[in-house]
Amino acid sequence: MQITLTVNGTEVTAECEPRTLLVHFVRDTLKLTGTHWGCDTSNCGTCVLLMDGEPVKSCTVLAAMAAGREIKTVEGLAQNGTLDPVQQGFMAEHGLQCGFCTPGMMMTARALLDRNPDPDETEIRTAISGQICRCTGYSTIVRSVQWAAKNQEGASA
Amino acid sequence: MQVPAPFDYARAESVEDALSLLQRHGPESRVIAGGHSLLPMMKLRLARPEWLIDINDLFELDYVVEDGSTVRIGALTRHATLLASELVARLFPIVTDAEKVIADPIVRNRGTIGGSLCQADPAEDLSTVCEVLRADVVIRSLDGERVVSMSELHRGPYETAVAQDELLTEVRFPVTPRSGSAYEKVERRVGDWAVAAAGASISLGPDGTIADVAIGLTSVGLDGRTATRAEEILRGNRPSDELFAAAAASAAEDCEPIADQRGPVDYKRHLAAELTKRVLRTATARAQES
Repeated sequence: MQITLTVNGTEVTAECEPRTLLVHFVRDTLKLTGTHWGCDTSNCGTCVLLMDGEPVKSCTVLAAMAAGREIKTVEGLAQNGTLDPVQQGFMAEHGLQCGFCTPGMMMTARALLDRNPDPDETEIRTAISGQICRCTGYSTIVRSVQWAAKNQEGASA
Repeated sequence: MQVPAPFDYARAESVEDALSLLQRHGPESRVIAGGHSLLPMMKLRLARPEWLIDINDLFELDYVVEDGSTVRIGALTRHATLLASELVARLFPIVTDAEKVIADPIVRNRGTIGGSLCQADPAEDLSTVCEVLRADVVIRSLDGERVVSMSELHRGPYETAVAQDELLTEVRFPVTPRSGSAYEKVERRVGDWAVAAAGASISLGPDGTIADVAIGLTSVGLDGRTATRAEEILRGNRPSDELFAAAAASAAEDCEPIADQRGPVDYKRHLAAELTKRVLRTATARAQES
């Protein structure tokens, strides 16, 4: 089947099987390998991307279900060569070690800050509670999101 | 790589369209909403439909409205929407309690109340909540609609009264004055199924005694999910810790939990009693405040 959807602001049309999972469509068909593919069972959260602005686990969404919707992946975070404040926060606060969970963590953080620009620590921890950092670097991830919240206006200006 | 077996896909544009598609594609067609139960089952070949009818565009089924003495909730209402609803939190705090511990925040962006009830998983939290609230559900077919109670809806694990060419479209919660409700769950980690969970709803009479009560337990092998004997102990009596302890002990006795990776039988039975006591206390306090 053929599907048309918007990915990082650009409309794309491509072939896929009805059974193709969104994570594989994004990685293998669109060659956007920033979205990682992990547990396959909607537990780990490394495949999180935004669908119509909301974080979803793309291993448990069919590509066909994303037709007509707006997808944002980690590749779409930076604007005109400037990293998103969330990306800057992960650099400034060492929010990653191996980097496997990072794209999912950053997409969830972006969606959280879009909804709630000034989250407290509990709200940040709740937002990422469905995602696993195999390096157990949660404290620095939380600090990275806090950095992004604090520096959002300055960073995007 | 876990991928479902091949199937065909159609996206429904309205409830009528979904029902026509289900009829046209026959017994091996299934509805998909959030997909967070069905797709994992399809990956494992526990389910192998030939057609998926995607109902995610049926925005007409995404609502929470107060309608006289009933709150009507559209089947496509997401867990995240229920959790954020102030109306639901005010009238049915048991739903808000449960939604905080159902799956994880990202899965809650996809999963729906209709999907949860139609999955009929014995370990699923909203099913217990809807039993405790004595909800009714609306089931539609091309011939019309019918309303059935939760106890009629669930016929056993993964089995419901919704026929293959029907669609569950709405859940109805009756609003009871001077009532309170609560849910509590013990889980190994965020996103896991319950080791055990309990829910209760209590309404108080003018004299402060328990006019009516419903108790439900999740994941502990309680027949029909509701602790009818414990409810009998409470009804008509004045709320007290001693009374709650007696009811909780009876509820735990009626459970038949199985030992598995989530814990041994005696631990689960202990949780059944303890969680029942706690939700009775919280539900009563909430009823007294309301």
